[in-house]
Amino acid sequence: MLYFSKLRIIFITVFSLLFILIALSNLFKVEDSFFNKKINLGLDLQGGSYLLLEIDNTPVIEQKLQNLTTTIRNYFKNKDIKINNIKIDKQNIFFNVLDADKQFVIDVFKDENSDINPYYPRFKSHQLVLEDTGYNFKINFSKQGLIALKTSSQDAAIEIVRRRIDEVGTNEPNILKRGNNRILVELPGLDDPMRVKSLLGKTANLTFRFVTNNQNDSFGVEKLKYEDGTDEVIVSKRIIISGDNLLDAQPKMDTQTNQTVVTFSLDRVGAKRFGKATSTGIGKNLAIVLDGKIISAPVIRDTIASGSGQISGGFTFQSATDLALLLRSGALPAPLNIIEERTVGPDLGQDSINAGIIALIIGFLLVIIFMFVKYKIFGLITNVTLVINLFILLGILTLFEATLTLPGIAGIILTVGMAVDANVLIFERIKEELKNEKNNIVAFDSGYTKSRTAIIDANITTLLAAVILFFMGSGPVKGFSVTLGVGIFTTLFSVYFIARLFTSIYVSKNRYREKLI
Amino acid sequence: MIAFNKYYNHFNIVSTLLITVSLILLIFKGLNFGIDFKGGTLIELRSTDSKINVSTLRDKFSQMNLGDISVKKFGNNTDYLIKFENNNNKKNIIEEIKINLDKSFGNNFTFRRVENVGPKVSAELLKSGIIAISVALAVMLFYIWIRFEWQFSLGAILALFHDVIVTLGIFSLFRLEINLSIIAAVLTIVGYSMNDTVVIFDRVRENLRKYSDIKIFDLTNISINETLSRTIITSATTLLALLAIYFFGGEILKGFSLAMILGVVFGTYSSIYIANTVLVRLRVSQKTVLKEDDNN
Repeated sequence: MLYFSKLRIIFITVFSLLFILIALSNLFKVEDSFFNKKINLGLDLQGGSYLLLEIDNTPVIEQKLQNLTTTIRNYFKNKDIKINNIKIDKQNIFFNVLDADKQFVIDVFKDENSDINPYYPRFKSHQLVLEDTGYNFKINFSKQGLIALKTSSQDAAIEIVRRRIDEVGTNEPNILKRGNNRILVELPGLDDPMRVKSLLGKTANLTFRFVTNNQNDSFGVEKLKYEDGTDEVIVSKRIIISGDNLLDAQPKMDTQTNQTVVTFSLDRVGAKRFGKATSTGIGKNLAIVLDGKIISAPVIRDTIASGSGQISGGFTFQSATDLALLLRSGALPAPLNIIEERTVGPDLGQDSINAGIIALIIGFLLVIIFMFVKYKIFGLITNVTLVINLFILLGILTLFEATLTLPGIAGIILTVGMAVDANVLIFERIKEELKNEKNNIVAFDSGYTKSRTAIIDANITTLLAAVILFFMGSGPVKGFSVTLGVGIFTTLFSVYFIARLFTSIYVSKNRYREKLI
Repeated sequence: MIAFNKYYNHFNIVSTLLITVSLILLIFKGLNFGIDFKGGTLIELRSTDSKINVSTLRDKFSQMNLGDISVKKFGNNTDYLIKFENNNNKKNIIEEIKINLDKSFGNNFTFRRVENVGPKVSAELLKSGIIAISVALAVMLFYIWIRFEWQFSLGAILALFHDVIVTLGIFSLFRLEINLSIIAAVLTIVGYSMNDTVVIFDRVRENLRKYSDIKIFDLTNISINETLSRTIITSATTLLALLAIYFFGGEILKGFSLAMILGVVFGTYSSIYIANTVLVRLRVSQKTVLKEDDNN
């Protein structure tokens, strides 16, 4: 156990130096791309926001079902089948047909080439499930249909979220899917988390609709409140133009009224419709509705054929900027709810870094002093090894550009405390061996050999705990499992290669000395 | 040589009492779950105005209708930790609080930390925390089962349960908060306790093979003594590191390091007085390990 070939010594030296170098590269700016890697600081250390958003798909499902009723009605109308009593609740469509037509309807829904019920061959499932309740037919989304719907609204939502966050201009945001209805957003170094939260909390569904008094409007009407909550008016459900028709939106200071407004320009289709509506509707009020609330409802004084216009509504410059931003980046397919938020201010992050480093240094010093007092020269060997171990650990974290969190720093400190365990096991075993064995070399050799199973067992148990934590833990706690787990490997390496190398050099030079340890 | 075995019975009674009391506490007093597992909102504030104190701040917050609220000093004299349930899950609650505080105290507060965990997420976090600990215990059981004979496995697992339950019992007794980092601490305790037990067991097994004429009662004592200096040194260095985190690592890591310190202390104790006594009570002998060797 004590013999080292030259090749191995070279390998150990090069390996250790390499990682020390990589670890040190965190402190300097190095041009070379290989050494350009850095340990990332977690949000709890550099400050920033972690937001978990959940997509509320219920309106999407309702909308889809709503559209579906029209499709079903038209489809069967062409086949001369009359659909009766069609109605929707939150998740289902109900309808009746004549008994004679029942089988036909069932077949249409079961058909793999069905026009109204898409089939997913991969999952051997239709989008919709038709159920004969005996009293009527019930349609709802199948499991796969629901998954497909959720996935597509998640895909759309993440795109919009990305655009909105890019527009705010935070550095290196991290936007990820979680499950099929969640989006995780990590925003390091954010100055104003409240602004981002309010931007992400808005669906930004913009519509232009006429204010009407006619309750019998063929599209239906609804009562809507103004955004400031003061007034209520009846608005037609007919949409003249929507946010989809916008090409651009910008905040602007209107020099005539001295008000901040949002100017917009429309695409070709939008411009045409807007022109037509403004020419036929002169004298009427056109309500500008955002997420079910009226921003303003100006009177149309003139035909607007240019395809551009402006929205006024008592904006501050900030709120106009945000509205323009929302309109530019488009509407979310469904509302988003922030179900988890963790924001750390930059000063707390810096305090945590300082506290972590102080704790690391003090913990390290305590362990080093303890080991030196207890084992003298072998304590020194352990301590030197411990320093190298720490650098290799930091080097590996740097190499993989791991994220260091506050619990992660705790993991490093804990590694320092537990890393000496293996060396202690070895040294104590050697002491025992020396009671019966006079030859130092033989005693050291068997000390290493006989302590091996205990060391491996002991480290595997800690490693298992770290692995479980890595897969089950979240956020900062995950950082703890990473440093703890990587720490076990670096510890084993430094104990069996570095410390053993030092030990072997020392023992061969003092092989005849008594009371060596 | 220290006669640890003289006190096997005494400490078995102590351990049984500890576990019973802890279980009673856990069942009747329960755990003080933080917002990670209960849901709610947490705000860490720092004031720049020395005239503001915790009671005026508490009065102000209780006027805001936030439901069950706690306002406490947090480490520093100028830092406060505010927790409330946020039952109606208002979206702009933080903004409202900020406006309210600015109105009453001027612009003297910085929001150092804001955490808001919805009820759905907290339920999920609790579930995954419980699963993580259960999986960890199961994996350890499996590991020890393939490495040792069943008598040893039972001893190790009992020691493990003891450490986890007593640590949680102490958290319950002093109403210390259980949050995500405590789960991490408990898992690490599981690893550490196992580690400590395994080292002694390794030696017990080795000695069982070596000496056929020594009874397990004395044999465990020999093994404990042979590994004692290692047990003490490793516990000492680990505790030194943990104490450094506890005293210098900042408020956020206090609960975590405290749980770990308790775990290390109980882990060391249980390796000696629970794991080994199980071997004694199950009358483990040389036959137990030799039979296993034949099988292999």
